[in-house]
Amino acid sequence: MSEPAAPPPPAAAEPAAAEDASSAPRGRPPVSRVVLDSILEGNSVVVTILAIVVAMVLGGLLIAFTDPDVLRAWGSFFSDPGYAISLAWDTAWGAYVAMFEGAIFNPHTLTAIFHQASLGTALHNGYFSALFNPLSETAVNATPLIFTGLSVGLAFRAGLFNIGAAGQWIGGAIVATWLGFGVSLPPVIHVVVCVLGGFVGGAVLGWIVGELKARTGAHEVVVTIMLNYVMYYFLSYILGTKAMQQPGRTDLISPVIDIDARLWHIAGPSLRINAAFLLALLTAAGVWWLLERSTTGFEFRTVGANPSAARTAGMSVEKTWVRAMLIAGGLAGLAAVAVIQGTDYQLNFQSYGTYGFDGITVALLGRARPLGIVLSALLFGALHAGGVQMQASTQIPVDIVTVIQSLIVLFVAAPPLIRAMFRLRKAKATGLSENVAKGWNA
Amino acid sequence: MKLELHGITKRFGSLVANDHIDLTVEEGQIHALLGENGAGKTTLMNVLFGLIQPDEGEILLDGRPQHLGSPSHAIRAGIGMVHQHFMLVPVFTVAENVTLGMERTRALGWIDRRRTRRDVRELSERYGLQVNPDAMVEDLPVGVQQRVEIVKALLREASVLILDEPTSVLTPGETQELFRIMRELRAGGRSIVFISHKLKEVQEIADVVTVIRRGQVVGQLPPTASDTELAALMVGRSVQLRVTKKPAKPGEVRLDVQALTVPGEEEKPALDGVSFQVRAGEILGVAGVQGNGQTELCQALLGLRPAASGSVRLDGRDLTHATPQHRLRAGLAYVPEDRQEDGLVAGFSVADNIILDVFDQPPYARGIAMDLATRDAAAAERVADFDIRTTSTATPVGTLSGGNQQKVILAREVGREVRVLVASQPTRGLDVGSIEFVHRRIVEQRDQGLAVLLVSSELDEIYALSDRIAVMYEGRITGFRPPDVPAEELGMLMAGATGADAAATGEAVVQAPTAGGPDTGLMGSGVLGVGVPTDTTTNPSSITHGSPAGDQPATDDDGGEPE
Repeated sequence: MSEPAAPPPPAAAEPAAAEDASSAPRGRPPVSRVVLDSILEGNSVVVTILAIVVAMVLGGLLIAFTDPDVLRAWGSFFSDPGYAISLAWDTAWGAYVAMFEGAIFNPHTLTAIFHQASLGTALHNGYFSALFNPLSETAVNATPLIFTGLSVGLAFRAGLFNIGAAGQWIGGAIVATWLGFGVSLPPVIHVVVCVLGGFVGGAVLGWIVGELKARTGAHEVVVTIMLNYVMYYFLSYILGTKAMQQPGRTDLISPVIDIDARLWHIAGPSLRINAAFLLALLTAAGVWWLLERSTTGFEFRTVGANPSAARTAGMSVEKTWVRAMLIAGGLAGLAAVAVIQGTDYQLNFQSYGTYGFDGITVALLGRARPLGIVLSALLFGALHAGGVQMQASTQIPVDIVTVIQSLIVLFVAAPPLIRAMFRLRKAKATGLSENVAKGWNA
Repeated sequence: MKLELHGITKRFGSLVANDHIDLTVEEGQIHALLGENGAGKTTLMNVLFGLIQPDEGEILLDGRPQHLGSPSHAIRAGIGMVHQHFMLVPVFTVAENVTLGMERTRALGWIDRRRTRRDVRELSERYGLQVNPDAMVEDLPVGVQQRVEIVKALLREASVLILDEPTSVLTPGETQELFRIMRELRAGGRSIVFISHKLKEVQEIADVVTVIRRGQVVGQLPPTASDTELAALMVGRSVQLRVTKKPAKPGEVRLDVQALTVPGEEEKPALDGVSFQVRAGEILGVAGVQGNGQTELCQALLGLRPAASGSVRLDGRDLTHATPQHRLRAGLAYVPEDRQEDGLVAGFSVADNIILDVFDQPPYARGIAMDLATRDAAAAERVADFDIRTTSTATPVGTLSGGNQQKVILAREVGREVRVLVASQPTRGLDVGSIEFVHRRIVEQRDQGLAVLLVSSELDEIYALSDRIAVMYEGRITGFRPPDVPAEELGMLMAGATGADAAATGEAVVQAPTAGGPDTGLMGSGVLGVGVPTDTTTNPSSITHGSPAGDQPATDDDGGEPE
């Protein structure tokens, strides 16, 4: 098999989580577990919001002081300090304005509408689409993140670190794509079959992880990271085979899926927003119900919070692990469905993106709660959509968005820092975080 | 050194943890601080050790006011603290641990190990601590680790030593050893603040007892005060220290364990051919020094440990290889030894914890949908029924006191249809009031016809509740005895003597039950004619059911059941 230039393998970006792979002594949670618990449980909403604000401010400084013009102005700071400061401000402000215009609302599109002869012609010429395009892009970018965030978050509630959303994404993507171009089915049924196929593709990978953990005790962090590599290279292999490669192409790309297998646009053909977004919101609601209102979720949460107590109460911890990983994998598979059937319509490494790993961040920021995950996915979606616009209009590299995301997580992960900065009093401990605190002292 | 606290007040928000506390500890005095969990003892000691700053009040040492801004201030002022959880580095030697933070160095920063070792040895000899400076801390038993903490404080020239619930981690023998050391230290002129909620220990060791309740000093008594007096002060109402119960009316065999063998961590089996039966309406107490297979027995009964051979039957049904869920459904109620770890999910609400093992059964669930209204209604009912002190059923159970947590577990376990109750250390770490409650409930369950297996390392508890006593030693049952067996004889069985030896020795050693005679015995029941041997060396000095003091009014005979 030829090995055409594939992008670098998935970054092993979670050393902290990997550390606890070495067996932790019974009765004491591993450090990474305690840390993650305190991130997920110990933060108030206020701290989260402040973390976002601080990250944006620091991001702004970074934008200003990596800009060559600003640096030159600061070089002559003493001759003209006012200019240096105002240029720095303008640069950062300009970047955020561009981001806002790309992610939420661009006033120019609104004024353009009024320059049209009538609202009818404006509608006809697509000016309204332009008006809503930023929001549509935000939703499109957020959709797969909602799914992978739910995947990581649900597993976490059952006490498992699903680092494998990236690999499960590939599993779902391969199945959904193949069903998309490989079989022909009547319109609605084709979509449904592909969506279910995507879920199953991811779920199988999740199930493998859960089963290995339940039967042999293999740590899910190690297994999922390794499976990420396996799936990554499997994808680059299968995209080069006759089964998946688009005929006539030499690069790694699948055929385009049938029109019938595509998810419907929900705001006109010129906006990319599609039914996947609605599916994501529905899934989030479903996951909430599963976790908070169903017996399955009760078992997940019990096992996640205290496996010994779960066992003593007659629950099967092992079966719960398998079930949780299966559903988590399926959710990551749905993220692939959102990308392949929603926007890209074919599978290559560009569609793979970084959804799997961003899902971890989203779940952290959303504190593993479905509503929180949806909100933080929307935030990240907006940052991505805005970042693209920012790069186009200000030449500031889109990578700054990644920096801002990382800063947000950094501050969320260090609540004492935020509390100290804003002189907040320690959030009133809930049961779990209080326990965590006790864990530190013991 | 004389320690005085004047008007110490500490508030946490609206909660007043310490309310104008005055306390004077004379030089060479063991001063006990008695109070229930949450009374403010630990807060006060943290104030004294500089971990918390008081809102009001002052601390004087030998008449000089002190500002203790941090533990290092306190240490310099001559205050040493032995925490409930030891602050030791397991992989360091005793000498290394002891000098940690105050390493003595020679030229070029070489740590002077020889001098430290010599110091440790000297201190150890002077106070009979028997601590080897070269031993690795992780290899030492808990009692010795505690002595290392004491050495640590002494080496820092502490003249006031605070011991925070030091006996909670010790076996009865280790406790006696600690008391001996405390007396030595007192003789050496050190002052000791001894924090405890165990009446007997306080009576045994203290020179003065100060009782704290809800952050206030409610009284100062000599240690000769009776346990009822102390308990009443501590709890704020008179407490029934003796369990009143009618004689058992054993019915049919409910739990039948035959030749149960369970593999252990090492070659020796954890349970080695254990056989016993528990009948409806009786309490079988399993006594024994901890670590002789009791934990494994309970786990095996629940199905958490697979049996290598033997059988477990409940109501005649063979459950030897059943899952925990099967056994629970078959009518087994289980109160685990480790409440926090195995019994509860701390972050879950009281209501969720109450349905933890029936959450997927009707009426709490239909299909996979949980019925939260039913859950809440059931929880509210149990909270009222079991007098669980909580602001609401939605409160996380981890914020409740130990006694209330245990009530939640009891409410869950006996709240459904059950046939057999296995209760392991049901009152460990609980305060007097809660112990009374838990004991009353267990007897109540017996009277309603439940078969109860009570596993406890507190001999007093065994005596107070059991209708028959089984003794475990190294994974075997060394004998069954009636509840009026002398403590010496039980002690022999607990140390591994076979039934016949123990009976012989026991009879030889024991005189007739002392102090007060049968009618003031634990059972309060003349019918059983139970007397309680007091002041015996094997009797662990522990929480409740105190020595039958002569002045104690006998509890009602026969019809003395509460309610």
